[in-house]
Amino acid sequence: MSGPPPGEGTLVRVFLVDDHGLFRAGVKAELGDAVEVVGEADDVEPAIELISEREPDVVLLDVHLPGGGGQLVIEPVKARHPEVKFLALSVSDAPEDVIAVIRAGARGYVTKTISGPELVDAVQRVAAGDAVFSPRLAGFVLDAFAALPAEQVPVTFDPELDQLSAREREVLRLIARGYTYKELARELSISVKTVESHVSAVLRKLQLSSRHQLTRWATERRLV
Amino acid sequence: MSERWVGHRHYGRHRWWRAARQPGPLRRSHDDRLLGGVATGVSRKFGIDPTVVRLGFVLSSLMSGFGVALYIGAWLLVPVEGESSSIANRAVGDWRGIALALSFIPVLVLALVISSSLGAGWVGTLATPICIGAGGFVLLWRNVGSEERALMERVLRPLARLGFTGRGSRRLLVLRIVVGAAIVAGGVWAITDGPHRALLRPLGGVLLVVAGAVVVFGPWWLNIARDLLDERQARALAEERADIATRVHDSVLQTLALIQRRADQPHQVVRLARAQERELRSWLFEGQVPGTGEDEDATLGTAVRRIQREVEALHEVPVEAVVVGDCELNDDLRSMMEAGREATVNAAKWSQADFVSLFVEVEPDEVSMFVRDRGVGFSEEKIAADRRGVKESIYGRMARHGGQAEVRTTPGLGTEVMLKMPRSGSRSSADHSNHGNHSSRSDHSQNGKPART
Repeated sequence: MSGPPPGEGTLVRVFLVDDHGLFRAGVKAELGDAVEVVGEADDVEPAIELISEREPDVVLLDVHLPGGGGQLVIEPVKARHPEVKFLALSVSDAPEDVIAVIRAGARGYVTKTISGPELVDAVQRVAAGDAVFSPRLAGFVLDAFAALPAEQVPVTFDPELDQLSAREREVLRLIARGYTYKELARELSISVKTVESHVSAVLRKLQLSSRHQLTRWATERRLV
Repeated sequence: MSERWVGHRHYGRHRWWRAARQPGPLRRSHDDRLLGGVATGVSRKFGIDPTVVRLGFVLSSLMSGFGVALYIGAWLLVPVEGESSSIANRAVGDWRGIALALSFIPVLVLALVISSSLGAGWVGTLATPICIGAGGFVLLWRNVGSEERALMERVLRPLARLGFTGRGSRRLLVLRIVVGAAIVAGGVWAITDGPHRALLRPLGGVLLVVAGAVVVFGPWWLNIARDLLDERQARALAEERADIATRVHDSVLQTLALIQRRADQPHQVVRLARAQERELRSWLFEGQVPGTGEDEDATLGTAVRRIQREVEALHEVPVEAVVVGDCELNDDLRSMMEAGREATVNAAKWSQADFVSLFVEVEPDEVSMFVRDRGVGFSEEKIAADRRGVKESIYGRMARHGGQAEVRTTPGLGTEVMLKMPRSGSRSSADHSNHGNHSSRSDHSQNGKPART
């Protein structure tokens, strides 16, 4: 979040990590001139190396790579270059994989069916330090933070981290219903900035919460 | 049918020597074999545990090799499962093989002539079994199946290698043979000439012979058993891979072919791709085998996926569905799904939006559903008075089951249909849920008015 927002005239520098060349080409075409694509990689090892070398603003990261999950790229890069931001981009529907990448430090998750302009918008938002939630990710998070029956609340329960506020819940619901941040702000009569801060707060909870529910939920879902 | 089953169960209980019985003629087993698959075949035919059958063969072999002969006979005469002819069948018809086998007769005659003329009777005694064996082997080799040929090769290779192994292992081998032979000789001596202790003598002898055989042949047997195990695992893996390949072929590749053929019809391509994506997902992440319908509408989640699938298929508009939580369907929720389906169909049919968003959340006391599109919206004046279908199918349906519905639309910006249904047992609390602020905020909504159909 500390990275300098891209000033006027400077393009966001984007790096692509996806094992499908065809898909990388497609994303590049969709991003067009709106951003500067500074490199691409097709697996964990080359990705870590090239990202460290080129220091892009935003890495578009596939959740599934041949060498493992996207989190394997995030962790080593974050350690050396905390200013590099990650946006997960995937067709994966498996909630635990998506949550794993987010918890490793990705600033958001969008599905590969996203349109070009929306993707550009998401990249710029992430570059500016905001979080980007697709309807699907909002659904996953609502699911993961579902209200616990009283008898299941663990002793380590930290309301600051382990539970969403009513407002955050509301914001997530609207995202899941397909609202853009702008529509959402109008709906709730708040500013887009406030929406962004709510979403960032949710992201922080998602990354920091050691909530028992998150892991239980992940293992329950592990069907493959 | 069930009575018979019960009766059988009562009668059969569980006996250690019983095994699953398979109908049909006696066939040598393909998968669970140690040698030729005879024992497993017998076990399947008669419902006896294969280990018991094998033990029977081994014990009867002690009676001057009866078991061995029986086994070889069965191996020759019983076809492998999935094949119609046995090795013997094929050998009888293999004229070239028979001719090759008969070509050993002149060799034998020559050997006999030489042995009689030289007065060396042992040459003839040795040559007869070798020639007959070699002829038989040629005939066998030509007529066993390719897999069994590989098996034979594996069994024979260590024998053929006796002379070619490395120095260290050869020394070990020689040592093994010497020790084994000594033990066998000891056993034979014990049986024939040993100290006269009536009971101990034959028993000890037999034990020694067996021990000797184990020392000499044990490692070889182990090798074969290990190879067989490896082979079986490899086969299981290959089968699994073939299974996946079939599935991928049946669904993914077929769809890709269709997409290529309809490349000029973007709507069709999108529809096909979406349908394939859903199917693949439900296979990979939910264990749903492609091609088998899921247990329709057992839960809310499956019902929502069904709406998504059907609307996408019928109207060629992508439906983004997000479901939070899940629960069993009851009559109320089923009606809600019907209403939601109607709303989704409307959005797909009339809104001209690129996609429809569907969000369903299950909470402890209620279920809410939102159907939203960013399409053209509509204004009330344009809705013909006779289009009362939606009023009935959405509002009416929800009201009858204690739920509520609301439609918000703005011309040019889109439409959202909101449905809420209390869950059974908590109906009273539903009207004042935490969603209240959505339904009360209606700056651009037209509550309670009929929507388009």
